[in-house]
Amino acid sequence: MSTQVTFSSEELARYNRHIIIPEFGLAGQQKLKAAKVLVVGSGGLGSPVLLYLAAAGIGTIGIVDFDVVDDSNLQRQVLFGVNEIGKAKVEAAKERLQALNPHIELVMYNTQLTSQNALDIIKGYDVVADGTDNFPTRYLVNDACVLLGKPNVYASIFQFEGQVSVFNYKHANGEFGPNYRDLYPTPPPPGLVPSCAEGGVLGVLPGIIGSLQALEVIKVVTGVGEPLVGRFYIFDALSFESRTFNISRRDDNPLNGRNPTITRLIDYEQFCGVKAIEKPVKEITPKELYELQVKGEPFQLIDVREPYEYEIVNIGAELIPLATVAEQADKINKDQPVIVHCKMGGRSAKAIRELEEKYGFTNLYNLKGGIIAYIDEVKPELAKY
Amino acid sequence: MATIIIPTPLRKFTNNTARLNVQADTIAKTVDELTLNFPDLKKHLLDDNGNIRSFVNIFVGNDDIRNLENGDTVVKADTVISIVPAIAGGNF
Repeated sequence: MSTQVTFSSEELARYNRHIIIPEFGLAGQQKLKAAKVLVVGSGGLGSPVLLYLAAAGIGTIGIVDFDVVDDSNLQRQVLFGVNEIGKAKVEAAKERLQALNPHIELVMYNTQLTSQNALDIIKGYDVVADGTDNFPTRYLVNDACVLLGKPNVYASIFQFEGQVSVFNYKHANGEFGPNYRDLYPTPPPPGLVPSCAEGGVLGVLPGIIGSLQALEVIKVVTGVGEPLVGRFYIFDALSFESRTFNISRRDDNPLNGRNPTITRLIDYEQFCGVKAIEKPVKEITPKELYELQVKGEPFQLIDVREPYEYEIVNIGAELIPLATVAEQADKINKDQPVIVHCKMGGRSAKAIRELEEKYGFTNLYNLKGGIIAYIDEVKPELAKY
Repeated sequence: MATIIIPTPLRKFTNNTARLNVQADTIAKTVDELTLNFPDLKKHLLDDNGNIRSFVNIFVGNDDIRNLENGDTVVKADTVISIVPAIAGGNF
């Protein structure tokens, strides 16, 4: 296949530093040009992955992302600049990458990857690079790759830590390497691990980990070196320590163990417990809260965010961080309406459920959309983060 | 004493300590001692039946305890134990 791939003189000049590496050569560059790589997520990890894969000359790059560029992305998503704020990420990415390398083809999917479209999108590609940000999509990408027999170059980050592995790699003897379900059979229940918006990430970390992910994609495509198969790499930016663990296939893997029970894509939100029926909480909109404030009605306002968030911006609420809600329950009134808020509304809903279950509160209202919605709708002059 | 490396997401339950030393001769005893000293860690490491949760991996040296002797895996004075929970971030 690769012998049919030819290069223009501009391309030969461009890829010269690859071609002159003895182990890589023209054959390696031909494999890159013939390859089709799908990058799921064009954010923190996707940015370096896409920049390096485009620069390196991967012939066809698909990008799946449904998000738009936001100013809070720019601390780490180096694919985008100030001029792209508000633009669809796939559109902004396409412009940037095509300007970086006009010799490659870019295919955009301005959509969320779902159980309905994943197989159709992924089947046309040789390699998938997963840089998404939630467990349902992680398991969806993994399962789709296993069902289709595609290698999945996986990377994930949180705060100061990164993880990399190459899943479902087909060895020369036809056997497949371990996949995500061999490493983590089931995801953590929602709420046990902080979400991305709460947890944060050091901006340079996705640059480091995404570059390693791009490296593994290139190794898988070209066959140069030993891809990170059956191994699981973790990096701790704080201690500057990295470790590489051995991982292996499990007999009880429901996808390709001894007795597979998953033969098609499932409902991943349900699998990850995101859809678990949670008791609804009473809500109040930012505008309704503002009316109460203007009228001077009696109510108590509680902020369950962390102290450092409160310092950035607050709306005069009493600060009772989520983790301390139970021990400070005696500070919360029972005889007047109590409005609870956080950044976006997730943590405050958790706090309300805990207080209702443990202490029988019936007067708690969740501020819909949190302080961010309140700033957007009522007090645009306040700082957003 | 064996060394346990605590990952970033769990350090808030260990007074922000990244490395702990534990005097125990098996992984099960190590986890017992760890959760005794830091009770808030327990629900993150163990399920209701006391088994290691399936989204938490424990490695002794470079190897997964599931490929060794699980909780019975022997721990020596120079053993380095890594706790590695699943993390999902990347696109944000």
